[in-house]
Amino acid sequence: MADVIQLWQFPGGIHPPERKSLANQSPIRHLPVPQTLYIPLRQHIGLAGDLIVAVGERVRRGQALTEPGLQGAVPVHAPTSGIVKEITQHPSNHPSAIPEPTLVLESDGEHESITFARLEDPHQRSTQELLAHIQKAGIAGLGGAAFPTAQKLRQPQHVDVLIINGAECEPYIVSDDRLMREHAETIVQGIQLLQQIIGRPEAIIAIEDNKPEAIQAMSDAVAGYSHMRVQVIPTLYPSGGEKQLIQILTGKQVPATGYPADIGILMHNTGTAYAVARAVYHGEPLLERVVTLTGEALREPGTAWVLLGTPVAHVLEHAGLVPGPQQRIIMGGPMMGFTIADTRIPIIKSTNCILAPTAQELPAAATEMPCIRCGHCEQVCPASLLPQQLQWLAKAKDYDGLKEHHLADCIECGACAYVCPSEIPLVHYYRKAKAEIREQVIEQQKADIARQRFEARQARLEREKQERLEKHKKAAEAREKALAERAATATRPAVDAQDPVKAAVARAKARKAALQQADAQTVQQQAHADTASADQTPAQQSPQQARVAAAIARAKAKKAAATKQDDSES
Amino acid sequence: MSFFIASSPHHHQRRTTQDLMRIVLLAMVPGVLAQFYFFGWGIAFQLTLAIATAILTETLCLIARERPIRQALQDYTAVVTAVLLAVSIPPLAPWWIIVVGTVFSIGVVKHLFGGVGHNVFNPAMAGYVLLLISFPVQMTSWMPAVNLAGAHPGFFDSLALFFTQYTSEGFSLNQVRLVEQSSMLDAVVMATPLDHLKTELARGFTLSEALNHPMFSGIAGMGWQWVNAAYLLGGLFLLQQRVITWHIPAGFLGALGFCAMLGAIIAPDTLPGINLHLFSGAAMLGAFFIATDPVSAATSNRGKLIYAALIGVLIYVIRTWGGYPDAVAFAVLLANLCVPVIDQYTRPRTYGHSTGGSSS
Repeated sequence: MADVIQLWQFPGGIHPPERKSLANQSPIRHLPVPQTLYIPLRQHIGLAGDLIVAVGERVRRGQALTEPGLQGAVPVHAPTSGIVKEITQHPSNHPSAIPEPTLVLESDGEHESITFARLEDPHQRSTQELLAHIQKAGIAGLGGAAFPTAQKLRQPQHVDVLIINGAECEPYIVSDDRLMREHAETIVQGIQLLQQIIGRPEAIIAIEDNKPEAIQAMSDAVAGYSHMRVQVIPTLYPSGGEKQLIQILTGKQVPATGYPADIGILMHNTGTAYAVARAVYHGEPLLERVVTLTGEALREPGTAWVLLGTPVAHVLEHAGLVPGPQQRIIMGGPMMGFTIADTRIPIIKSTNCILAPTAQELPAAATEMPCIRCGHCEQVCPASLLPQQLQWLAKAKDYDGLKEHHLADCIECGACAYVCPSEIPLVHYYRKAKAEIREQVIEQQKADIARQRFEARQARLEREKQERLEKHKKAAEAREKALAERAATATRPAVDAQDPVKAAVARAKARKAALQQADAQTVQQQAHADTASADQTPAQQSPQQARVAAAIARAKAKKAAATKQDDSES
Repeated sequence: MSFFIASSPHHHQRRTTQDLMRIVLLAMVPGVLAQFYFFGWGIAFQLTLAIATAILTETLCLIARERPIRQALQDYTAVVTAVLLAVSIPPLAPWWIIVVGTVFSIGVVKHLFGGVGHNVFNPAMAGYVLLLISFPVQMTSWMPAVNLAGAHPGFFDSLALFFTQYTSEGFSLNQVRLVEQSSMLDAVVMATPLDHLKTELARGFTLSEALNHPMFSGIAGMGWQWVNAAYLLGGLFLLQQRVITWHIPAGFLGALGFCAMLGAIIAPDTLPGINLHLFSGAAMLGAFFIATDPVSAATSNRGKLIYAALIGVLIYVIRTWGGYPDAVAFAVLLANLCVPVIDQYTRPRTYGHSTGGSSS
């Protein structure tokens, strides 16, 4: 069946050594429960949920630690039973290892579960019920981006094709490979549920042709299901990239500004389909995931079910890390993974691989040489970008040029840097430029807000000034009007109009006369004070004035006495 | 314990510039051997002196520019330039010709423009054009292919000619040529087939009359057709090794072949056909080794096609109507000039965008 279906090609792509047999030879094993788990409150794209347990509380396996809250976030659950030791800032599973709010769970070794509530008769349930159940189970995309699954399924657009991504194109990683080999039935159950939620579109399970066992297992599992098929695709990195896989299977391209749903396509990872089936049929929230433990620096490579929140150190210990000089620990694969410096960081929902290569197997980057413009980067770019030009522009910090060359469409697959004969760390330059552009946009937004605020303030001040002027003008007008009115009334002949004027003139004259008299008196008093002694009080002086005069006289006498004493002493 | 931090991707193909240049040099071996077979010892001296001069010039330039020397010398780019120039000039041209050319190629065209990766022009071709314009006599004195001239001057005679322009018996290059040719042919001053053709056609002969010369036995000229075939072989090796893509050779040979075919149809009496154009002169060397110089070529696939086709058309135009018998160097340099424009207008359509890069 598969061979009559047309496949398309995406431009570029590379064939790095696959090295998958290192880890895919043995069944998925279980790691012992670690003593301490570090459960980040946010393990998906979006905001963290609201914490609903307290420090010191005992939680059981499967118990929700956060709830969606107002933001509709994806909850996290306790992967084992134990005591909530603290809620603290802990290095996060991110290239920067920036500390994040993390719940520290001290395992009690009991591994005691809550009673899982499975959804009875899921095929009779409404879409809303299923979505609510999936969200409650804390499922986020297990392919790597960790986008909340329920939210992705809630797309309003009509979906024609559901693509289940089992391509697993990155070298070394075999998590999906092993999962498909061992749990094909459950994955298919999950796919069926996903189909039910989004209106039963055709489901295509895409698997690269380097995984014959997984292809066989999945083909057997889908036999008997209509609207579901396994599609084998050629092995070519990065065919597992969402956009690339869509192009391979449908020949369509996701618009640069849109989502796959815009062209009627939805893509989920096999691991996500598995998790959905577990949540619906067994009521089991997302507590663990398959992680590939690989690289020649590990004594026991393979795949393992790892509890979310398990520190990397615990995983490495059980995989038997034999660190060499300049040992790298890579979260993810050799093409897109990031190195970590701190092994305390936890495994989260999006962690699919831990790679510990030896220096021989993946030699460290050599010195960057000048670009010889060979254009190999362009030949392999799956997004049809011009990596070489982007590199020049990034080095020149020409952000407008970068935007014009669609830097934002770079998926950072690393194909360009892989083939570069000058070993230029191209992706590193792009990432840096992207961060700088992001920073610039934020700065621009801030500046815009500041400008708007300033302009608004200027406008307000201007407005107020205008209003004030207006008010003053009005007041002045009102005053003038009132005066004019009064003048008008004054000119009008009135009976008693002259009396108040005359009276006022008379009052003013009387006041003037009184003032003159007072002046004369003061001159007289001064004359008295100069010639006569303090107690020769004029009869017309008030008792208060007399007291003041007496006090002045006393002070003068005292001063005179003091002066005399000073003279005699000296 | 602390772990090593690096930026993704952590895996690398490990095919460095050095490796690429080595493969290029390896791919040139058949062509060089063919030239050696047909034109004698001269090529060996030219190569030796060119490589020595190139390394010396590169070192001095790097010292002057205060750049790491070892690393730059190890990338073999200077050697490739030297080899390309050495195989392009007449095998018994005096020694200072190749020295001047190489010094100019490396010192001026490469390093004055910023070193490897920054040169606007193909260094070997710029050097060649400098020599051709400055020393036209020396640069057009090709030896006749060995089958025509009987025996070539031996090792010591060649060496003496190379350094002194006289054989140990005191003959000049021209005299040697005349003597050798007169013994075989009617004392015709030997030129390259293309040169000969041009002269003859200019003298009013028809193509068939012009081709009526022993040097045109075979499809495109004695010796030259084999040299071209050998470079074609090397070029196919480069393609197979994915050092180059098919775009430039295809555009180059396609455009040149198309023009030749058109010309042969329109004026079969005066314009040479495809075989002569593709298997004579520096056609194959140009298509696979010279035009594919990544630094001075266009970058996108579409751009490469346009760039190479431009070279092909220019070669045809200059060969047919220009003043020079062969034109790879001029055509390449002219196309180098157009690269920025070609790059600007041939940006591929990015995934998820409806139009090409330049218009959105």
